[in-house]
Amino acid sequence: MKAIIIDDEPLARSMVREYLGTYSEIEIMQECNDGFEGLKAIQQHQPDIIFLDIQMPKINGFEMLELIENPPHVIFTTAFEEYAIKAFETHAVDYLLKPFSKERFDKAIKKLLQQQNTTPTQTQAVLDDVSQSPAQSSRIVVKDGGKIKIIPVAQVQYLEAADDYVKIFTADGSFLKKKTMQYFEQSLPPQQFIRVHRSYIINAQLITRIDPYEKDGHLVLLSTGARLPASKAGYMKLKEVLGI
Amino acid sequence: MPFLTLRLCVKPNKPLTTSPISNNKFKLVFAAGWVAWAMVHYSVLLNFGITHAEAICDSLISNLTLATCCIIVSNNMRYYLPKQEKYWYVLVISFGMGCVWMIAYRSLLWLFFHKHTTYMQVLDQSSTIRFGIAFLVIGFMATINLLWYTQKEQQEADERKTEAEKIARESELFKLRQQLQPHFLFNSLNSISALTGSQPEKARHMIEQLSDFLRGTLKKDEQQWSSFEEELQYLQLYLDIEKVRFGYRLQTEITHDEGTLQMKLPSMLLQPVVENAIKFGLYDTIGEVCIAITTKNVNGTLEVTVQNPFDKETSQPLQGTGFGLASIQRRLFLLFARHDLLQTKTINDHFITTITIPQII
Repeated sequence: MKAIIIDDEPLARSMVREYLGTYSEIEIMQECNDGFEGLKAIQQHQPDIIFLDIQMPKINGFEMLELIENPPHVIFTTAFEEYAIKAFETHAVDYLLKPFSKERFDKAIKKLLQQQNTTPTQTQAVLDDVSQSPAQSSRIVVKDGGKIKIIPVAQVQYLEAADDYVKIFTADGSFLKKKTMQYFEQSLPPQQFIRVHRSYIINAQLITRIDPYEKDGHLVLLSTGARLPASKAGYMKLKEVLGI
Repeated sequence: MPFLTLRLCVKPNKPLTTSPISNNKFKLVFAAGWVAWAMVHYSVLLNFGITHAEAICDSLISNLTLATCCIIVSNNMRYYLPKQEKYWYVLVISFGMGCVWMIAYRSLLWLFFHKHTTYMQVLDQSSTIRFGIAFLVIGFMATINLLWYTQKEQQEADERKTEAEKIARESELFKLRQQLQPHFLFNSLNSISALTGSQPEKARHMIEQLSDFLRGTLKKDEQQWSSFEEELQYLQLYLDIEKVRFGYRLQTEITHDEGTLQMKLPSMLLQPVVENAIKFGLYDTIGEVCIAITTKNVNGTLEVTVQNPFDKETSQPLQGTGFGLASIQRRLFLLFARHDLLQTKTINDHFITTITIPQII
């Protein structure tokens, strides 16, 4: 079994390594300092299990998971109790609260060995489930070619539905993310991002004009020059948020 | 002891502090005014063709009874003050006491002079005006008392409010001082746990450091001010622990002006600022992170600067100062009533927090 440890604290990694010492069937392929290294290592080694910290430099553990097509089994190791629910919603094998004992660790490994035969693609499905109740976040992490791009939500101009993806428009161009419109509608600050149309969510701070358009619709003009349609319901929402 | 508690619960309604009459200055004015009024009363009566004895007696009796009525009204208001319809209360009580007074002084005078026909005639004829005057005098007394007590009540309410605000402020300050991040503690314990296997000596050392740090937290909860030297020791302890956790990634650079070591600052103010800087610096960049702490004596005020790197592209540090800094700002405001003591700015890739501490003690 191939394993990767991803944690920004060297001592925390050495702890997992030490505990794994008693399991000859699990081989540690690599230890990573952060999510970027983690992503690369996962692509390279295709591990069966990752030990993942949540609070890490640049992108956190959840954001890293979102960027993987078929995530492996995950055991979270963190001092943060408050993420437990979210972690279990991702169908993590286990959630270890630091500092954890060898006994507790063994229990997690036992669970892992039991689940070994189930396909970890499940994790992906569940990551989408989580999207039903996402926490409000202040940034969006996307893959841009081989690179990882972190977009602060304030820099998002608008979002457009594109089949299974959502296209995120910023001053630096547009990026695709495999999420639903509903996910973004719920996770972006509702006072700033308004779903004006089945296929569009716009940043209300950029609106410069709203013109009537066709029968019941309106056309929203953004300061970036983009013209986006607003449905009747979307227009009502706009009026409510903008107070007009 | 249920009996005792019961007794305490049914404590009688406490009278309002003191009545205006208990004030010595007021007593003097009250007495002098009344003597003067009694003399006027006497000389007016002489004009109606009655004897000196009758006039003196009349003036004494009617004014003494009227003064008594006034004192009764004042004392009564000490125990009972209507919350609403205050002015109606004054009118009613003036009228009522006026009637009581009429009956009292007339009965007394009748006892003495019911055989003096001329005098009794004058007495009857002057009833209306006497009642009018008594009504006004009692009304005047009642109004003064009403204003006095209302003002007293207001004063007491204000004092209670100030006291309550003070308590709230103290407890808020206490809470703000006490914000030790539990994550810090758990992560440190995890590091210790990791060290016990491989490097038990180091683990022991870290336990000592963590204990000293926690002891400092407990001790400093009680005191409001520390010297920068004390704060620096405490900070050093914190940084040493963090360095064990983050290894080579965390570098620190502390520089201070000679004269700043003895300067005072609110205790445990710097640690959360540095914690914020570390969090910001370490989680927003990859590779080594240098946290620089500088203190300066600027015209007698202590200026502390904490600097950390950050990524311009992905963070907007100026938007969210984060909870760490918000609570510092609040604390500084509660202590100095100023909003401008904590400033943040960004220069290139560095986020700089500057705290100015006036030396008021």
